[in-house]
Amino acid sequence: MAERNPKDKLVKMGNDIIKDVDAKENPKIEIPIRSLSNIVYNEKSKSLSIGDKTSKRFFFNVAHAKKFMQTTMVAAFCKELIEGKIHTNLRDMFYNLKRTLKDSEENTFDEQSESDPIVVDIEVALDMLREQLHLGADVRGRVVGNVSIVDRGDVVNWGKLGSGGWAIPSIVEEITFKKVDAKFILVIEKNAAFERLHEDKFWQKHECIIITTQGQAARGCRRLIQRLSEEFKLPVYVFCDSDPYGWYIYSVIKFGSMSLAHQSDRLGTPNARYIGLTVSDIDKYGLDKFTIRAKDVDIKRAKDMMKYEWFQAPEWQKELKMLIDRKKKAELEALSGRGLKFMTEEYLPKKIKNKEFLP
Amino acid sequence: MVAKGGLGAPISDKMTAEDIALNMKDISVAEFFEKNRHLLGYENSTKAMLTIVKEGVDNSLDACEEAGILPELRVTVKQLGIDRFRIIMEDNGPGVVESKMALAFGKMLFGSKFHRLKQSRGKQGLGIRGAILYAQLTTGKPAKIRTSTGDAKLHEFEMLIDTVRNEPKMTLHTTVPNKERWHGVSIELEIDGVYVERAQSVPEYLKRTAVANPYAHIIYNGPNGVLKFERTTSTMPKQPKEIKPHPYGIELGILIRMMATTRSQNIRSFLMGEFSRVGGSSADQILALAKLEAGRKPASLDNAEAERLHKSMQMVKLIAPPTDCISPMTETLIENGLKKELEADYYVAVTRPPSVYRGNPFQVEVGLAYGGKLNPQSAAELYRFANKVPLLYHQSSCAITKAVEEVDWKRYGLQQSSGGMPVGPLVVLVHFASVWVPFTSEGKEAIAEYPEIIKDIKLAIQDAGRNLASFVRSQRKSREGKMRRQLFERYIPVVAESLEKLTGKGSGPIEAKLEAMVKSGKIIIVEPAAETKTETKKAKPAEDDSGEE
Repeated sequence: MAERNPKDKLVKMGNDIIKDVDAKENPKIEIPIRSLSNIVYNEKSKSLSIGDKTSKRFFFNVAHAKKFMQTTMVAAFCKELIEGKIHTNLRDMFYNLKRTLKDSEENTFDEQSESDPIVVDIEVALDMLREQLHLGADVRGRVVGNVSIVDRGDVVNWGKLGSGGWAIPSIVEEITFKKVDAKFILVIEKNAAFERLHEDKFWQKHECIIITTQGQAARGCRRLIQRLSEEFKLPVYVFCDSDPYGWYIYSVIKFGSMSLAHQSDRLGTPNARYIGLTVSDIDKYGLDKFTIRAKDVDIKRAKDMMKYEWFQAPEWQKELKMLIDRKKKAELEALSGRGLKFMTEEYLPKKIKNKEFLP
Repeated sequence: MVAKGGLGAPISDKMTAEDIALNMKDISVAEFFEKNRHLLGYENSTKAMLTIVKEGVDNSLDACEEAGILPELRVTVKQLGIDRFRIIMEDNGPGVVESKMALAFGKMLFGSKFHRLKQSRGKQGLGIRGAILYAQLTTGKPAKIRTSTGDAKLHEFEMLIDTVRNEPKMTLHTTVPNKERWHGVSIELEIDGVYVERAQSVPEYLKRTAVANPYAHIIYNGPNGVLKFERTTSTMPKQPKEIKPHPYGIELGILIRMMATTRSQNIRSFLMGEFSRVGGSSADQILALAKLEAGRKPASLDNAEAERLHKSMQMVKLIAPPTDCISPMTETLIENGLKKELEADYYVAVTRPPSVYRGNPFQVEVGLAYGGKLNPQSAAELYRFANKVPLLYHQSSCAITKAVEEVDWKRYGLQQSSGGMPVGPLVVLVHFASVWVPFTSEGKEAIAEYPEIIKDIKLAIQDAGRNLASFVRSQRKSREGKMRRQLFERYIPVVAESLEKLTGKGSGPIEAKLEAMVKSGKIIIVEPAAETKTETKKAKPAEDDSGEE
């Protein structure tokens, strides 16, 4: 499916709607459901995928009509992007499509939060990647390491870009790797910790690639991790806060996300391991003085996560339960409490050496 | 009639203006009027103008109806100075015979309607004479009157009232040949007044009169132009029957007056002859209770005895009075009248069966006009009528208002804040018909709050409201349908344009086909169930890896 021409898929979607119109039937667009109820966790491949439940979006339904209209607008916009060989991003698309409907005060779109999910709808419905629609996701994430790549004809050495490192673009499909000199990849949730590691030349000392996701990992970032891991057989260690949000970031890198479950095979990195922080670390590394009280939302989130199939490993169940019981979170910054170099010189080397990972 | 509120200290709450007037032999009625014009509708210059027109129109309509003549009324208000007006009121009624002319227009408390119990518009006998007196008091000008009964003679004269002796003074009486055999009355008055065209105004009064009397043709020539209220039916309501008073409804003052003027030789025959539902045994019971001898002359009773008699009359068990004496507007005429003067979408009228309060038969009617050009944002307008006469003042102290506010209008699809008037494009017409309307004051502007009356008005409104509710519901449904269609119609051009971009097929035909589907109305899915079945809501935020894109 994914090989088929994206433009043809969009045209077919339009033609299917016109077929309904010609048959005097309620025009519809069929979209796979992207909620927990339709997410399948594949134990073997360690990835999330989307089930076969679909919803039908009808034009002649008061509750669907506007979304239907928006879907056709986004589809038409993407087709024009592909034809014109233009790339753009979600924000730009939103402003392109936002306008006031004739003889009314109603806008086609009021917020970007309305147009963003429509793009995902189309990706899922047509089994395509956003990049194939010529839409870039947000640019977020940076990388440093002893790696040379070719990007749009330019040779870029990730180790020679100063303090900032290389900004990961939203689309990394076209990048080719010239030289990769690393033993593993360390993925860090937070920019501050990444900068500490960079300044301390951690990647040189330990011969690794360090990547910061700057929060939840963007698609380009996830795809890059996957490509490096698969193409160069590098282990991936993920380093996040000890709280449900941090752990979820790890799970998205490893298993894929619910809203992009249809693309887990392109975005997930099943062999990723979790290096820290964990609740157990608080005791083991004497971080108790630097913890933060977990809020109700954290507890609720942790309880939800305990039910997710991809969090059923006993190690994770234990960590989640400890968090719920002790109501304590620890951020990466907690490590600085033990000294500014504690993280780079003690914590991480020790963990890597002892293979102290969570699955 | 119980006089409430409006009456001042010198008057006991059991007595009415005319009772007092009768008792005060040395003070002339005209003098009484001068001192009490606030009770009679002349308290200010704005209201005086309205009261004058009202008295004239009421008289004319009563006269025409009694004579079985379709009313043709012409009311003219001409501004002569800043606050000086000439008012001319003309009808095509039976006219006034020559021998009664002076009395009919000049002497207070003389009138054809005063001594009887029959549903009619005017009642107190102050009506048009009060108007003439007001003109005389404010401008000193006599009334100019023309009248004929349709014979060969047409009388023209001027009239002033001697306020001390309660005597009419006719001057310049001339008789001219009446070739066209015109009949009717024309009264011309010059007054000091203030003219308005707002809610409580001459045009509003005439408009409401036209609603209540669609068989009348009324032409109003006011300072700002001519208004015509057309006749839309030639059906006149049946003439009300005159009845004798029922003992339960009689006021002490009236009882005393009746005893003073009766031809009956003794109290027993007085009771049997002058009251309805009083037979021999009932009369005996009353007299026994009052400890009065049956043979006493009615006029010989002193005040204490009269009071005992009055009390006993209320205590004896009697059959309710006959109710065939009421002349309702009828449902047809109410709907007719509302349609004539109001542009609404829906009209409904309800006439209740007659009922009785304190021995007085009465009948309630309700009409509702809804939608159309009526203001949907404001409180409903209330048209109050008593014996087909519009009531414009004292709305808040009227039994009709109270009843309307006590009804739960939300049931009928309207908005209403607790205890207030309903809000919506609605006119509520309530007609109270009775041989004796219990006004709260001499100005005849508000009906006293008897529980029986309020209950009956509410029942009538609820009856009409149920009909209205089904209309409001169906209208709301069709409005929602229209909004849905508009929603799709807004989106169709965008969808068609997008499909053209996607497929290269012309948007025109797609648009036309989608429009046709909207118009056919068959395909529109509205059931909420359809939404939940086919469209699952986005995952909860907690499960959504937001921030990922």
